[in-house]
Amino acid sequence: MATHFLSDTAVLTGRTMRHVTRSLDTIVTTAITPIAMMLLFVYVFGGAIDTGTVSYVNYLLPGILLITIASGISYTAFRLFGDIQGGIFERFQSMPIARSGVLWAHVLTSLVATVISLVVVVGVALLMGFRSGAGVPAWLAVTGILLLFTLSLTWTAVIPGITAKTVDGASAFAYPLIFLPFISSAFVPTDTMPGPVRAFAENQPVTSIVNTIRGLLTQQPVGDGIWTALAWCAGILVVAHVVATIVYRRRIS
Amino acid sequence: MTRRQPSMLLVMSILPASDRAHGPAIHVQGLEKSYKQLKVLRGVDLDVARGSVLALLGSNGAGKTTVVRILSTLLRADAGTARVNGFDVATQAAGVRECISLTGQFAAVDEILSGRENLVLVARLRHLKDPGQVADSLLRRFSLTEAATRRVATYSGGMRRRLDIAMSLIGTPPVIFLDEPTAGLDPEARVEVWQAVRELAESGTTVLLTTQYLEEAEQLADRIAILHQGRIIVHGTLAELKQMLPPATVEYVEKQPSLEDVFFAVVGNAGQEATTESNRK
Repeated sequence: MATHFLSDTAVLTGRTMRHVTRSLDTIVTTAITPIAMMLLFVYVFGGAIDTGTVSYVNYLLPGILLITIASGISYTAFRLFGDIQGGIFERFQSMPIARSGVLWAHVLTSLVATVISLVVVVGVALLMGFRSGAGVPAWLAVTGILLLFTLSLTWTAVIPGITAKTVDGASAFAYPLIFLPFISSAFVPTDTMPGPVRAFAENQPVTSIVNTIRGLLTQQPVGDGIWTALAWCAGILVVAHVVATIVYRRRIS
Repeated sequence: MTRRQPSMLLVMSILPASDRAHGPAIHVQGLEKSYKQLKVLRGVDLDVARGSVLALLGSNGAGKTTVVRILSTLLRADAGTARVNGFDVATQAAGVRECISLTGQFAAVDEILSGRENLVLVARLRHLKDPGQVADSLLRRFSLTEAATRRVATYSGGMRRRLDIAMSLIGTPPVIFLDEPTAGLDPEARVEVWQAVRELAESGTTVLLTTQYLEEAEQLADRIAILHQGRIIVHGTLAELKQMLPPATVEYVEKQPSLEDVFFAVVGNAGQEATTESNRK
């Protein structure tokens, strides 16, 4: 059984990837909200926001990328929910294949689809004047953090994908995640926020991740922030994976 | 274990591991299952002989789907044992999955893929040698060749169901579960599905079929079991079941009892105790 895990997962991933490539609108929808926010903030609000020596588009991009990831993974929950409702999930479960391969296929597809959306968003940011002098190691670190964040949110998305009763319920969980960056250092520096808000903003995961990515892209030292960011990602990943596995087992037993 | 091509279906018979070749294909004893307060199965006993077609009859909510889900390792029973092809569904689930195929109440096909891609997908997951060829021969057999490259979303209900059954035949599993295979189909599509089931039976596959349509059971089944209030209350051939009807009283027209008459005679006041259709959740 285990010998087929990789090939089964590859076959199933090919299937879910076709779902993505045949409904390109999901990638467009994933990218369009963050792009619209980026336009709005850079060309409307940005002029009034003091980000010091960093240009606003450079300042904003890390938070926009996190919003892209959050809106992308809601489609993961949507696709998984569709499989369960449609009955094909049960067909797979009654077949002699590695059962966890079905979930992993959705997770891998989520990673690939999100990366495509991220590339689109970065492309638009470049057109809007985003520039970075960061070298290859810094870009690799940024990519790694974004992938890890996507992976942890994807496993989070698996939970509503399995447990939701309606299609709206399956994707609604992503809305708070999309808005989390607003109460962080993603759009404005946290210094001007009132005490409790500032305390929340500075201690929620988005701020440490955004600050780390921003630091890497603007060639500033990231300090211990990178470890906080990685710890958040890893922590969310572990908890989400455990919970997802439990609800999955409950679903299939 | 090596697999045979579906194109050889007519000449092949079930060849399970030799030590499992004896005894019934499906053996169920004392099966119980509750959903919270609702006792759906209260001790189901059932044997299905190798190569036979058994129709499991029952009203909505009688627990037919629950039985099928337990037998196809999708659901755990609360009590009792069930063996499929010699494998215990609880402790040897992987073995059971090797030798079964399930066609559920709702056509479990991928709407975004084409018909051919659906078949190739399942053939790959069953690790067959030439998935493309397997798909093409099934497309021919189920008259889907013309629609092969179209997305399943554009298929009619009958075409979906045919594709669904074709997907279940890939890898020629010796035991096939068909859960209400003709539910929601028009009469023409229903006849097409019946034809497919007959071909399966001729090839020696064991088929457990659930249905609420009594005519369907009459048409297809070697044996019929009636599931009512969580138990199998009658089990036999059509002829045996017909004998159970009380002898005809004085009537102007002599009428052969249909299976429908038998069903309601043995079930009694069926409608009043009908439970809710909650057995899919």
